[in-house]
Amino acid sequence: MDANEYVVRTKGLVKEYTMGDQTLRALNGVDLDIYRGEYISIMGPSGSGKSTLFNAIGGLDKPTSGSVFINDVDMAQLDAQELAYLRCHTIGYIFQTFNLIPVMTALENVTLPTIFAGLSTDEGIERGIELLKIVGLDKRLHHKPFELSGGQQQRVAIARALANNPSIILADEPTGNLDLKTGQEIIALLKRLNVEQGVTIISATHDLKMLDISDRIVWIRDGKIDKLEERKNIELKMGEMEGEPVH
Amino acid sequence: MSVDKPSAHVTHREVRQQIKLPFSKAVEISLKSIKIRFARSIITAAGIMLGIAFFASVRMSAEFSVIHDKIVNETVAAFQAGKLHHITEDQTRMITSATTDVKAARQDAIAARERLDWLSIMALIVCTVGITNAMLMSVTERYKEIGTMKCLGALDSFIVKLFFIESCLTGFISSVIGFLLGWFIISLVHIFTDGLQAFGVQFWTSSLTLFGISVLIGTFLTFIATIAPAVRAAQMPPAAALRVEI
Repeated sequence: MDANEYVVRTKGLVKEYTMGDQTLRALNGVDLDIYRGEYISIMGPSGSGKSTLFNAIGGLDKPTSGSVFINDVDMAQLDAQELAYLRCHTIGYIFQTFNLIPVMTALENVTLPTIFAGLSTDEGIERGIELLKIVGLDKRLHHKPFELSGGQQQRVAIARALANNPSIILADEPTGNLDLKTGQEIIALLKRLNVEQGVTIISATHDLKMLDISDRIVWIRDGKIDKLEERKNIELKMGEMEGEPVH
Repeated sequence: MSVDKPSAHVTHREVRQQIKLPFSKAVEISLKSIKIRFARSIITAAGIMLGIAFFASVRMSAEFSVIHDKIVNETVAAFQAGKLHHITEDQTRMITSATTDVKAARQDAIAARERLDWLSIMALIVCTVGITNAMLMSVTERYKEIGTMKCLGALDSFIVKLFFIESCLTGFISSVIGFLLGWFIISLVHIFTDGLQAFGVQFWTSSLTLFGISVLIGTFLTFIATIAPAVRAAQMPPAAALRVEI
């Protein structure tokens, strides 16, 4: 098997949360292989474990057992430095609540990861402007997050996620806090980046609009993969699933 | 718009590379943090400032009491040696009260100074509580920001570094202002009660010493009060830090 074929692989992923004397199994043995350059959506009702899976893949939380391989590197083997390096260079994160640093302007938010990566100030600013242009915010460089609309904030977050040319973008409910139209614009933007720049996009969502542009859809239920579908197999069903026109 | 294709394969050797936060950048970010959250920073600083002002004013009162004693002793000694030619009204009062009831006056002065020592210990405790409260809040309200920074590749040490710079700056500036406030008010009071006679060399040297002590205590306490919660927040897994809602 070609080592480069998969960008993310998980093996027997289990995550347990202890609440009082009860143990809750949020993930119950997830095996998932994600191809390089694909757009994959993790679907499931809230509480199904999709955010937990998102956190495990992104190295934001340690799984109770099982392993996650990013580019064939076992994440459990990495020390703090290496993990930070991975988060800085290989993975870009997008959140439902945008999570921009409130005290920094759009440009400073996008430039921050380039500082960690060791780029000079000028290089970082150049890169930041270029990225904000890509997401269509080159007129809003010096606005603070609170001066931007939700959709604009999410665009800044996407630009920030791309700052160090990651091979993976992890998006946790990227359209969850946005209205229908803005959500569609964000989805279209993610798809464009996926096609134009070959970034692998892994998105946890329960937004059905995502289905149309995903290459594969993983359905999670009770901490397990319920079914894994290729888009071409479910396209026919789309009309029945959602009344509103899908972009 | 030329964006490089993402690196096809990240090898383990590449993972070994370092990520960094230069000190100048850290100072820049910390300063921005203080400036933008100005209202919040002012309240935090006010907590520290008032604590130090309280401490400085109590210590300053004690210094004045020592200086006053010394002046009385010198006046009495000079009077007994017959060196005083023009006796002012103030001096007459000093000499009569010091000579008529020596023992009681001494005891009064000692008791007063002991009270002041207790009061300055209390002031320090109030000061510590105020600073800890202010800095704890300032770290807690930023859990999400800390989690986000870690997602962007920040090491735990970057977070601690940012808070270290911020707390030292806040602590230093507010201690200086706090000292000046306490010092000025007490000095002003003594100008009106005792006149200018107490403002000699000893006043200035003890003021300077107290300034150093106050600023050191203020900065150190701020630093201690920030570092513990900041380290704890920095060590949290990013997912946990992002989950925190306030």
